[in-house]
Amino acid sequence: MKQLGAILGEMSGAVAIFSKDLYSELRTRYALNSLIMFVVVTLAIILFSTAGETVTPSLSAGILWIIVFFAAMSGLSRSFVSEEERGTTMTLQLWVEPSSVLIGKLLFNSLLIYVLNAMIILAYMLTMPAFVVKSPLIFLITVLMGTFGLSTASTFIAAIISKANSKGTLYPVLSFPILLPLLMSVIDATRLSVEGATFGEAAGDFKILLSYCVVVTTVSIILFDFVWRD
Amino acid sequence: MKNWMKIAIGLWIAAVLAVGISMPIGYIPGLGAKARIIYFHVPMSWLAVLAFFMSMWYGIMYLRKKDMKHDIKSASAAELGFAFSILATLTGSIWARFSWGSFWNWDPRETSIFVLLLIYGAYFSLRSALEVEERRATLSAVYSIVAFVTVPFFVFIMPRMMTGLHPGEGSPAPILNANGKMYMEASMRYVFYASLIGFTFLYIWLFNLRSRIGLLSYNNHTEID
Repeated sequence: MKQLGAILGEMSGAVAIFSKDLYSELRTRYALNSLIMFVVVTLAIILFSTAGETVTPSLSAGILWIIVFFAAMSGLSRSFVSEEERGTTMTLQLWVEPSSVLIGKLLFNSLLIYVLNAMIILAYMLTMPAFVVKSPLIFLITVLMGTFGLSTASTFIAAIISKANSKGTLYPVLSFPILLPLLMSVIDATRLSVEGATFGEAAGDFKILLSYCVVVTTVSIILFDFVWRD
Repeated sequence: MKNWMKIAIGLWIAAVLAVGISMPIGYIPGLGAKARIIYFHVPMSWLAVLAFFMSMWYGIMYLRKKDMKHDIKSASAAELGFAFSILATLTGSIWARFSWGSFWNWDPRETSIFVLLLIYGAYFSLRSALEVEERRATLSAVYSIVAFVTVPFFVFIMPRMMTGLHPGEGSPAPILNANGKMYMEASMRYVFYASLIGFTFLYIWLFNLRSRIGLLSYNNHTEID
């Protein structure tokens, strides 16, 4: 019963952090507005540079995840960096458990990146004629799992870089090697979904994605204490 | 390390080099004498991964004990591992030019060593971006652990899911294969093991030197402060 109480306490702390971030985001819409503009600009550059060229379906799968990766890199670091900049880290350390902070931030970042990815995919499908999903189920699972893995790994790296000096440039540098197994398998699964593959063909990629999500989530929860209590 | 051990390592590696280059090797389809790279290139790659593991290991030790000694060792291991992974990449790339026709082909193993280089690069950038020593030690230890848990995806999972160019992909590969066995002639295998032992001792020697330098300079500048 004691453990259950502790878990409930952590959860309510996590929900509090999540709703704090959500309210402050809804009040200013700083992150979402700038991220939407970022996506529009990136997509425009890609469309300019591919105008008149024939983009193969498998190439279009890769381009989609390049946009998703860099949008995440420009948006997700804020979650911890803003606490450092406003000097509110200490307050959070006093009030809630470290795991609540991580889970709360993870929930908010996941929501942000799911909303953003939905917009990216919609805009991409409308503007990129080569990108036609023939196996919707594979694509849906890929996006759901891939986005979750992306937000877990990048939330944890954001916590690390919030303590460092050159935050903006360091973030993609540290995240890319960690995210590469995820990116390789989501790109491959997306390519399969565009080519109209059967579910069995994409099963290998899903296994990698699932094990990646489990491993990275576990490691982040174990190690977050060291980063946060620093 | 005693002087005679240093001399012994030097002689051992010299002997391995001489035997590896001069010893006749059996007929290997598609490779011929180019197969001799296995004596040097594979030990270098092995050290690159071993050093990465050691760096993570000392990182964990630091997080448990909070002793700066372990952080210095972790950084030393990473520095040596970086050097060895550059060597492995260069030797492999030159070899690939003559065996596969171009310096770089994005074979799964080439991808994994590239990621290893990226991780080392990111690790050093993180260290240089943190000024407070304890914070640098903690965060770089945490990063090396997170990076290490993603390595199995590259080293063991990816090459099995994608077809590659490395010798024996398709047919059982000589060293890293699904059966967990070595496919090599007995004489080649002895030279290979000898080379592996020699390189490992070379690494231990270099590691001791590097971490002693690190410790001395750490003690030196903390005394001045």
